[in-house]
Amino acid sequence: MWDSQVTNMILEGILQTIYMSVVSTFLGYLFGLPMGVLLTISDKNGLRPNPVLYKVLDAISNVVRSVPFLILLILLIPLTRLVVGKSYGSTATIVPLVISAAPYIARMVESSLKEVDAGVIEAAKSMGASNVQIVFKVLLVEARTSLITNATIALGTILGYSAMAGTVGGGGLGDIAVRYGYYRYQTDIMIVTVVLLIVLFQIFQNSGMAIAKKLDHKKK
Amino acid sequence: MYEIEIRNLCKSFQGKDNQVDALKNINIDIEKGDIYGIIGMSGAGKSTLIRCLNYLERPTSGQVIIEGKELGQLNEKELRRERREISMIFQHFNLLQQKNVIDNIVFPLTLQGVKKSEAREKAFELLAKVGLEDKAKAYPAQLSGGQQQRVAIARALSSNPKILLCDEATSALDPQTTASILSLLKQINKEYGITIVLITHQMSVVKAICNKVAVLENGQLVSSGKISEVSLPEDKYFWIDGDSQLPKHHARAERIEKVEVDNYVG
Ligand SMILES: Nc1ncnc2c1ncn2[C@@H]1O[C@H](COP(=O)(O)OP(=O)(O)OP(=O)(O)O)[C@@H](O)[C@H]1O
Ligand SMILES: [Mg+2]
Repeated sequence: MWDSQVTNMILEGILQTIYMSVVSTFLGYLFGLPMGVLLTISDKNGLRPNPVLYKVLDAISNVVRSVPFLILLILLIPLTRLVVGKSYGSTATIVPLVISAAPYIARMVESSLKEVDAGVIEAAKSMGASNVQIVFKVLLVEARTSLITNATIALGTILGYSAMAGTVGGGGLGDIAVRYGYYRYQTDIMIVTVVLLIVLFQIFQNSGMAIAKKLDHKKK
Repeated sequence: MYEIEIRNLCKSFQGKDNQVDALKNINIDIEKGDIYGIIGMSGAGKSTLIRCLNYLERPTSGQVIIEGKELGQLNEKELRRERREISMIFQHFNLLQQKNVIDNIVFPLTLQGVKKSEAREKAFELLAKVGLEDKAKAYPAQLSGGQQQRVAIARALSSNPKILLCDEATSALDPQTTASILSLLKQINKEYGITIVLITHQMSVVKAICNKVAVLENGQLVSSGKISEVSLPEDKYFWIDGDSQLPKHHARAERIEKVEVDNYVG
């Protein structure tokens, strides 16, 4: 059973999984990071309180987060078709992954930024810093370690979700696991893909944490 | 013209079901070159008052006039510009934890868009002034409290301020370190002619470096003026860090501290 075709398929699965997770995380941050920043500064003790903006962003993030990923995946099929041109395969899976990840990422960014010491923000204000300067030169810099740690968690979670998308033809290792392991009872292939998923997860996790630690100057 | 005029200053905080009048009709005149101490017990309104001086806290009513300019009349942008000339140091130093010493000192200048090389040159000069030349590359977490406050002072001086506000700048430090920081402040005041406003709850601090003092009690000014002319309620302020449970012990601690301060501050 284990011919070069299977090996190639698995290698391709690995690449697809990495592609989906990394691109989705990146795009998730493209939307989630600004959203998290806006949540932070518009909150009632933020740099520029704005109850309406906060409530709107809060509602969006809560609604999206409360829809289970598999349901979202199906609900978004028309949008996915519109954006990618088809509704299956790894590129198509990126659309629902990004949409479901962005609000989580925004929440994590918000919590990282809110950890920044209020005294440091006050000091920057006392130097005449503008709100934009405080966001870019104080909040995002001081929260760096926590932001990277959370990005690592996001990447790991998205990796898991991408595998879940495999059950509906999403490509990648999850897809292989379901097609061969579940439908064709080829347990060996399934075990290999699961082990590979775990290995990928560990690699992502360890390298992310190592980077976060290396860049942290608070405890050294 | 006074350097700082505080006119009929009031500040109230609106709580859920009550209003806290943190400052009640405060009037203080501060002259250029003064080291002006504001002393009071915990909750007296000291921090609120000093935060009104650079409008980090907007007064409920009354005026703060810096060199003839009323801060309440300025828009956001003008206010930010004005704040560059009114530096502040804090009880907990408030340094950027993820930036090294030199980048912390450079920080106010980068906010103003000063050229990096120029800013660094100035920063190294100030680092020497506060006696930490060898710590340029260190991060705040690697420094002692006294060293961190020195960095904060260098940072505060980098924008060539005319006023330095100190909110309990020595309260987190031991007596020796307190004395050395106070002598540094005194030196800065002399050398650069910077007006210093200093908040504290320790009488020894006022006695060590201030030429004028105001006593704040429950949001009200109870007395103010030249230190030689104001009768200071000695006993009342005979405690350290708000602990008045052990008057004898603290009276002794205060005496020891006073002696040390005298030794450091010439
Ligand atoms: N943002 C705020 N909201 C509500 N009340 C406040 C606020 N800031 C200060 N207060 C109240 O105003 C009063 C004066 O507070 P302030 O912090 O100025 O005192 P302080 O003299 O600096 O005390 P400490 O020595 O403990 O620092 C206190 O009763 C405090 O509870
Ligand atoms: Mg205070």
